[in-house]
Amino acid sequence: MNANRLFNILVPVISVLIGLLAGALMMLGFGYNPITGYAALWNGAFGDLYYFGETIRQVTPYIFTGLAVAFAFRSGLLNIGAEGQVIVGWLAAVWIGTTIEAPMIIHLPLAIIVAAFAGAFWGFIPGLLKATRGVHEVIVTIMLNYTALYLANAIVRNVLSDNEDKTPDVAATASLASEWFQNMTYFSRMHYGIFIALFAAVIMWFIIERTSVGYELKSVGFNEHASKYAGMNVKWNIILSMIISGAFAGLAGAMEGLGTFGYMSVQSGFNNLGFDGIAVALLGANTAVGVVLAAFLFGALKVGALNMPTEAGVPTELVDVIIALIIFCVASSYIIRWVLLRFKKEEN
Amino acid sequence: MDYVVEMINIRKEFPGVVANDNVTLQLKKGEIHALLGENGAGKSTLMNILFGLYQPEKGEIRVNGKPVKITDPNVANDLGIGMVHQHFMLVEPFTVTQNIILGSEPTTFGKINLKEAEREVQKLSDRYGLQVDATARIRDISVGMQQRVEILKTLYRGAEVLIFDEPTAVLTPQEITELMEIMHSLIAEGKSIILITHKLKEIMEISDRCTVIRKGAGIDTLDVNDTSVTELASLMVGRNVSFKIDKKPAVPKETVLSIQNLMVKDKRKVDMVKGMNLEVRAGEIVGIAGVDGNGQSELIEAITGLQKTESGSIRLNNDDMTNLSPRKVTESGIGHIPQDRHKYGLVLDYSIGENMVLQTYYQKPFSKYKTLNYKEIFQKAAKLIDEYDVRTPSVHTKARALSGGNQQKAIIGREVDRSPDLLIAAQPTRGLDVGAIEFIHHRLIEERDKGKAVLLVSFELDEILDVSDRIAVMFDGKNVAEVKPEETDENELGLLMAGSSTEKAGEK
Repeated sequence: MNANRLFNILVPVISVLIGLLAGALMMLGFGYNPITGYAALWNGAFGDLYYFGETIRQVTPYIFTGLAVAFAFRSGLLNIGAEGQVIVGWLAAVWIGTTIEAPMIIHLPLAIIVAAFAGAFWGFIPGLLKATRGVHEVIVTIMLNYTALYLANAIVRNVLSDNEDKTPDVAATASLASEWFQNMTYFSRMHYGIFIALFAAVIMWFIIERTSVGYELKSVGFNEHASKYAGMNVKWNIILSMIISGAFAGLAGAMEGLGTFGYMSVQSGFNNLGFDGIAVALLGANTAVGVVLAAFLFGALKVGALNMPTEAGVPTELVDVIIALIIFCVASSYIIRWVLLRFKKEEN
Repeated sequence: MDYVVEMINIRKEFPGVVANDNVTLQLKKGEIHALLGENGAGKSTLMNILFGLYQPEKGEIRVNGKPVKITDPNVANDLGIGMVHQHFMLVEPFTVTQNIILGSEPTTFGKINLKEAEREVQKLSDRYGLQVDATARIRDISVGMQQRVEILKTLYRGAEVLIFDEPTAVLTPQEITELMEIMHSLIAEGKSIILITHKLKEIMEISDRCTVIRKGAGIDTLDVNDTSVTELASLMVGRNVSFKIDKKPAVPKETVLSIQNLMVKDKRKVDMVKGMNLEVRAGEIVGIAGVDGNGQSELIEAITGLQKTESGSIRLNNDDMTNLSPRKVTESGIGHIPQDRHKYGLVLDYSIGENMVLQTYYQKPFSKYKTLNYKEIFQKAAKLIDEYDVRTPSVHTKARALSGGNQQKAIIGREVDRSPDLLIAAQPTRGLDVGAIEFIHHRLIEERDKGKAVLLVSFELDEILDVSDRIAVMFDGKNVAEVKPEETDENELGLLMAGSSTEKAGEK
């Protein structure tokens, strides 16, 4: 059991190291010094409190989208639609944040909860279609990503603003922004959302590992037939899984809308929070703890990379390639798992 | 000297287990050599070594007297060794020929010569009397036919030695007879056969010699003519096995299950149960005999709520049960040992402990306010595992890792422990060895003696005749005859199952 746990930690760690090595070779190949490059990456993520705050800010929505994808995955569903669920959650949070007047104790929770509901509804649609009509959730969620994107753009432009590119800022009573954090981190955009994200991870762990609801969801994911035989309502579990998954993703949107930005703007394309969430979930082995750790890695890479062009002179395009390489190595960790297993066998 | 294949003193270890130790198997040319052993005794490991999927730690393999190293299945193919797998490796939408040539397609300038291949396959099929249509699609032909395609596949690749892995497990009695004829014609053409099985009757009937392995170790090789079923069984299990089931006459009481004019369609919307009537009373075992596909599966699915009924009624203890959900059915007192334990009986990726509460996880004491109490769950599981002799390293072991017999014992423990008024057992001993079969039959009879009603569905006539107190024959979706096991025999049942002379037999 103990050896097994060590092994499960070893695999992602080695994956990351190999990824870094591949990135280093890339930099060498293009004539840049990988040590300065990675020093810049490190400084950009943790170099001072500002960067650290920015990293945490980026980690927050990643935890949510990672949880969303992981949760669906545990019940055998592939939620490619976290992207769209983030957008509707963002929109809902900003809508409540800009149009309602209420004391903070009502306003902020309401905005967050409505965002969760919006994401949940966006997850409910593919869940319902899958459960009742057998339509594959991947297709529906991809379609709904676009629906969410353009619907949100239309609403931002025509309903929440007067033909402008962004909504007004949310009321202070609905904002997650933290002056205290900002002062501490030289005015980074770090906000209180990280606590909600960590709390959400605990919730996910509890539902999946400790409740009869989680028992059913996992069972349906493993074996629909046996679940039906055991008297579980397979269709409802599929829908429920997508609802909860969507709610997590919707909360990621709330983090952006109420925390990082404080408004919603017309978006020309996806911001990839949802798609990165897939990688976060995979790297985190679809567990709550794993997702939190993986989200930290992704957040640090994403934010730290911004510093590489300025400090080490590595061009942005190359930075993107390096980051992609690292993620690629991490995502293909099963190869490392396989190699490690071989070594283990020979030891015996 | 005239051995085609020799495996001498083979040893194979997996981390923590010795799967084969000092096993020797020598196959003569033109013989059918049975490889006998319980589930998990190491038969498959040995054959996978011969087929090149595993490498042995020690020992030597010789083909036609020459030592060889079989490093992968392609080497085995080249040496003329072919395997007919228990679980067929066929592409369903492809035709017979397409499946057979898959991987070694005959081509001219990159174009597959399908017509020519078809002719060749047809020729092979005719030569061995396989009666396979080379142009039929796999999904349109019966399981027995699919198996023949697997046989053809090995022959097409020039196999001289054929390994049959539990070939009869999926076949009907008729198909088994036909398979045996095919085996004989293969031998007549000079092929040699290794038959992996744990069915003693088949060994006695068809093979020339038999090698027994037990717990990984080679026990003995015997001439089948000089041995008996009892000797083979005790060699295999390592103790004496009783074949006769001791049971007192049944004392049937009030009716527990009553089915009237039941009509059920299957998933393809085809009528499968067409006006079924059946009664099962407390304290008796009713066996349903019938050839697979005569509505047995749909009947059970309808009783357990897995399939909607079209019309008719199902009553349990006089309460209407028609079209209740599976959960309601379970709660009202039905236990169900499903036919397919991997598909329905277990969540293979759950631990065996979690599987033990598959229908009761939401009830106290396992769950309170929707929060699971794993301590209670695993305590319960440990108790059942102990009581039903489920051999598992721990309650946390995944169900997938257990052998078929232990998986089945776990399911039976779970179902019987709820103390249901009606216990439905569908093919409860399918694919199990004699030791496990004995155990399971005893448990079914024990339940009967406790005054429970037991409904047994089986395609094995021996099982039906030995265990049941009353036999209902199902043919074409109807209960066509009810007979007492002591007043009938395999022949009569066979005729009834085929739907012939029901009137005459019914009068008896």
